[in-house]
Amino acid sequence: MEDKQGPPGEPRPHRWQMVIDLDRCTGCEACVVACHAENNIRLSGPREAAEGRAINWIRIERYWEGEYPDVKARFMPVLCQHCADAPCEPVCPVYASYHTPEGLNAQVYNRCIGVRYCGNNCPYTARQFNWFDPQWDPPLEQQLNPDVTVRQNGIMEKCTFCVQRIRQGKEQAEREGRPVRDGDITPACVQSCPTTALVFGDGNDPNSRVAIMAKSGRGFHLLESLGTHPAITYLKRLDE
Amino acid sequence: MNNKPAGWEEMPAINRDLLAPLAPGGRGYVLLLTLLAAVVSAGAGAWVYQIETGIGQTNLHPPIFWSAYIASFVYWIGVSHSGTFISGVLRLTKAEWRRPITRVAELMTIISVVIATLFVFYHLGRSWRWYYLIPYPNQREIWPDFRSPLMWDATAVFTYATASTIYLYLPLIPDFALVRDRIGGWRKPLYSLLSLGWRGSQREWAALNTAIRIITPLIVMVMISVHSIVGWDFGMSLVPGWHTSIIAPYFVVGAVHSGLGMVVIGLYLVRRIYRLDTYIRLEHFDKLGKLMLVMTLTLAYLYFADQLTVWYGAIPDHLSVMHAVMSGPYAVPQWTMITLIYVLPLITLTLPAFRAWPAGMLMVGLCINVGMYIERMLILTPPLAHPRLTYNWSDYFPSWVELTIMAGSLSLAVLLYALAIKFVPIISIWEEKEGRLHEQESAPRRTGRTISA
Repeated sequence: MEDKQGPPGEPRPHRWQMVIDLDRCTGCEACVVACHAENNIRLSGPREAAEGRAINWIRIERYWEGEYPDVKARFMPVLCQHCADAPCEPVCPVYASYHTPEGLNAQVYNRCIGVRYCGNNCPYTARQFNWFDPQWDPPLEQQLNPDVTVRQNGIMEKCTFCVQRIRQGKEQAEREGRPVRDGDITPACVQSCPTTALVFGDGNDPNSRVAIMAKSGRGFHLLESLGTHPAITYLKRLDE
Repeated sequence: MNNKPAGWEEMPAINRDLLAPLAPGGRGYVLLLTLLAAVVSAGAGAWVYQIETGIGQTNLHPPIFWSAYIASFVYWIGVSHSGTFISGVLRLTKAEWRRPITRVAELMTIISVVIATLFVFYHLGRSWRWYYLIPYPNQREIWPDFRSPLMWDATAVFTYATASTIYLYLPLIPDFALVRDRIGGWRKPLYSLLSLGWRGSQREWAALNTAIRIITPLIVMVMISVHSIVGWDFGMSLVPGWHTSIIAPYFVVGAVHSGLGMVVIGLYLVRRIYRLDTYIRLEHFDKLGKLMLVMTLTLAYLYFADQLTVWYGAIPDHLSVMHAVMSGPYAVPQWTMITLIYVLPLITLTLPAFRAWPAGMLMVGLCINVGMYIERMLILTPPLAHPRLTYNWSDYFPSWVELTIMAGSLSLAVLLYALAIKFVPIISIWEEKEGRLHEQESAPRRTGRTISA
């Protein structure tokens, strides 16, 4: 399962991975807000939210366990799992959804024509569609991130693992003539998590936090039986 | 022995009867065209509005990224199978009774392929970028991805549209020539062009028959592959309820089911409006009824096989879809659909007296088509509405923009058909004559045998 990312036989300098510790997640949704600000995600408003069209690249799924009054709320942040065998990729007729050599599922906005098969075939419902042209309530349009494309009506988008930050981190390291260090690159959601439930790093570096934590006995992958080989490992202590 | 073929005295009457529909239509016809054009413009307006503002004008939302448009696409591709199945298979099996039916059905094929293709464009998020689907050389060296079932689909539908246009056109050449010789005015040069200088020589007839013999088996194979591939648009995905190996044959049979229903509707109307009772006879309704019965049973068998497997296997992801459909929020459309496409045809078409009642057959045809439209919607929506992560469960009903576009497209189909009837002899004249000759030739032989025995 480990070595399935990227084209076979080629050395992969990085394999970006994330660990999400469900035992630490409080469901505060700071990651959701940070992601919106970082990635120029359009504001949907209450009406579109009610229609189920609010675009979130990361969402907190809330599940209730038990019967009243003995009820527990369970939180699970779900974002694009950056699968090694991603079901969204081969179904795209125009290569808008493709696999980068570093194991990211990239979405080429300019290429996307909006057939939306990728959205259907993602078992995690991680992909989001631009049903209308983007809009921001003033003054939020003043704080758009210049490093991220604003997406047009009619195309798919989804979590990129903050590819712009990955790129900056690698360029910075190159300028300083050193390899990328663990912790150099943090996606917005990871940076904003108050309980450090999210950890990001290079799975190719055996000493990175993410590589060590992914080996934890509490680890599992979401819908593992589908064989999508996600780059995200969830951690959860079993209650019983 | 006289050198005129037997039955020749019938020919002027056949020409007169079958060319009559080409005459300019009356007030009713113009009124119908106006009405249809009005609905078509409403649909076109809705589409422009959707392009202008966004696909958000539909009621689609995650996780339901496909629904009414794709269901309509599948439905119309299904209807398009009527022509090819009926005329192709019946030509192959040399069924004599096919003669007055083939043209009615083949015209439906072309028109519904056009309508189905339109639905792909309604569906695209950026329809103005549709040409990315074409493998054309470009400086960025980006090609479409032929791993995607949607590319198989685009290829298959394009092949089907081309092939069935040729298939419609070939047997039309002698008829166009017939019209050319009998028509004046601005239409004459058009028919001259279309009849490719047909003179009716022995060599031309031999060439035409060879061409038809070659294309007929090919088109039947293309037809089966096209709807299999439409099924694989769904079957190749991971979506519970779509991911099943039976989907290709199920789609093919379902397509023929709705297609046959549509042909019966068309036959009834053409027969009624142009008083072609002597050409489209009760025998034809009877035989089509039997074919529809076979399709009902085959489709029911495939459906049962699929549902039984899901139910017995009881994989939770798949079962949740099944429960939603059978007893959940989709139960009403589901059981309406079962009644319309399985129960009603089974009850009625098994009765020989019913099959000889054209108005009844029309109603069954309508039931099957309404039922199959619902069935396509049910194949599309409930599986998408019940993804594996239950947090994302949802539901869907088409918006007014979607409904307007669907109604506009239906009207466009009828409009194109109504226009085509004024342009193309709706019953293949030379094939009808050929049939009469065959009858005349075989009749004395049969009598002869009876006498000698």
